[in-house]
Amino acid sequence: MTDSLSRREFLGASGAAVGVALTPAGATAAPKGRTAERMVDVTCNVNGRPVSAHVEARTTLLDHLRERMDLTGTKKGCNEGACGACTVLVDGKRMNACLILLAQCEGRAITTVEGIAQPDGSLHPVQQAFIDHDAFQCGFCTPGQVVSAAACIAEGHATSEASVREWMSGNLCRCSAYPQITAAVLAAARRA
Amino acid sequence: MQNFSYVSAARPEEAVKALGRGCAFIAGGTELLNWMRLGIATPDTLIDIGGMEGHSRIERTGDHLIIGALATLNEVGEHPLVRAHATVLADACLKAASPQIRNRATLGGNVLQKTRCAYFRSETPLPWGCNKRSPGSGCAARDGLNELHAVLGWADHCVATHPSDPAVALACLDASAEVMGKRRRMLPMTDFHVSQVEAQAMFKAAGTGSLLPAHEAQIETRLARDELILAYHIPIHDGERSAYLKVRERESYEYALVSAAATVALDGGLITRARIALGSVAQKPWRLVETEAALIGRRLVREEISAALRTLFEQARPLAHNEYKVQLAANAALRAVLAAGGVS
Ligand SMILES: Cc1cc2nc3c(=O)[nH]c(=O)nc-3n(C[C@H](O)[C@H](O)[C@H](O)COP(=O)(O)OP(=O)(O)OC[C@H]3O[C@@H](n4cnc5c(N)ncnc54)[C@H](O)[C@@H]3O)c2cc1C
Ligand code: SF4
Ligand code: FES
Ligand code: FES
Repeated sequence: MTDSLSRREFLGASGAAVGVALTPAGATAAPKGRTAERMVDVTCNVNGRPVSAHVEARTTLLDHLRERMDLTGTKKGCNEGACGACTVLVDGKRMNACLILLAQCEGRAITTVEGIAQPDGSLHPVQQAFIDHDAFQCGFCTPGQVVSAAACIAEGHATSEASVREWMSGNLCRCSAYPQITAAVLAAARRA
Repeated sequence: MQNFSYVSAARPEEAVKALGRGCAFIAGGTELLNWMRLGIATPDTLIDIGGMEGHSRIERTGDHLIIGALATLNEVGEHPLVRAHATVLADACLKAASPQIRNRATLGGNVLQKTRCAYFRSETPLPWGCNKRSPGSGCAARDGLNELHAVLGWADHCVATHPSDPAVALACLDASAEVMGKRRRMLPMTDFHVSQVEAQAMFKAAGTGSLLPAHEAQIETRLARDELILAYHIPIHDGERSAYLKVRERESYEYALVSAAATVALDGGLITRARIALGSVAQKPWRLVETEAALIGRRLVREEISAALRTLFEQARPLAHNEYKVQLAANAALRAVLAAGGVS
């Protein structure tokens, strides 16, 4: 089956999915997203800019950011929710972009590490604190750590070393820069 | 991941009606997407229930706490009503997964997660037998590496455990799931999951033409294939306190080796009621009913609780590599009961 099948052809072609129209199959103006589609239209907002995309239903937010939008700051470490390198904010909440379909982002506001700094380019306090505290070695985990830390502070969880370690545990660092990361998060929290 | 069709449902009725052959509900997607990557599930159509409004509500009505199936683990774990009346559930939620995953993972999807058995969680095609993945192919864990597997309720066809933390708390609290299929019904969380021994009996009793999956190793719950979880109803008992203890190889962001949920009510230093459920020891949260009965009228002290836990050692059937789990579970249960009673 090609990607370009229309809704009508698809409904005709796939017996399995005929029952999945949430509006009558013959309806001319079915509301968007109410009939099962293999290609989906998604409108959302990334780093303050409106985005419209027409993608395969299986496209993850992570793959769309990296492959289609050239926002490669968000990293793909494990692609299964285990490492946190893909952490982004969805409507202000930190989530793993590898565990979200772009189709599930309809109407949502997404912030990636590229959108964390000020529009004039001045660094986010967390970014500055990571530099000040030498909180990275190879840097692969850093974008995820920075986004996660910004959320951790905003949530009010950066109150002590123990609390930071617990609430930053979703971000692994193979270089094991944990003491420096913890120090950076606490320093940024004090300044926030 | 194979491509699929995607549709989003605004209401439960719509979602249930749309569920045909080859369809699956998706809530947060934190389990389902990983299944699809490995070939554990290959749905042709995903029905997104994540946008159903009003189904993540957490509220108290009378003497029940009601938690919508779309509430995320962080929402449940940090909610003042849950913290006050179901501490054990709040703690179980906050000890699950990572902060990022908990912002996405729903309580509805959580109880339907599948085992962490490493033979099961591998990419298709599997080079070994796994009856859950491929009925009739055997169970590689039965005589293989089984240090993380079941010590209770298992059968030769599968020795997997259920990994959910919140499910253990829900079973301990005598919660019920409000589910909707062709009709609405309440499903007690102590009966929601089934052990492999129970699955065998269900498989035999069901015969053909039922809604059950094809094979006994694939039967994990009593939720029918076409049923949607709407909410959990948790009875509130004033004066009862609860605690959750999770034992794991690292202190955070790790599944349990074993876990224990407990509630305790005291009167003048004596236990008037205690409930205990163990996690990661079977394919279901394991209520220690004999221990619970034996604790009534006892003092909240180590010796008394340990004595009441002896039946666990009689019932447990450890595999070749997991005898340690029995003692670990007993210790966890002891500490959870003490913590629930306010002794640490
Ligand atoms: C890295 C990692 C670590 C984790 N660690 C833990 C842990 O320590 N403890 C723990 O308990 N869990 C842990 N989890 C599991 C996590 O909590 C679950 O993946 C999550 O709760 C599933 O919810 P979801 O909404 O994402 O479900 P989905 O992935 O959307 O769905 C899972 C299944 O449930 C079905 N479903 C979802 N909602 C409903 C509903 N309302 N009615 C009927 N069917 C429904 C779906 O069809 C699917 O079959 C971990 C997960 C990951 C990825
Ligand atoms: S324990 Fe169950 S899931 Fe694991 S290999 Fe055996 S049949 Fe498969
Ligand atoms: S790439 Fe998403 S958590 Fe590792
Ligand atoms: S700095 Fe290398 S993985 Fe964290």
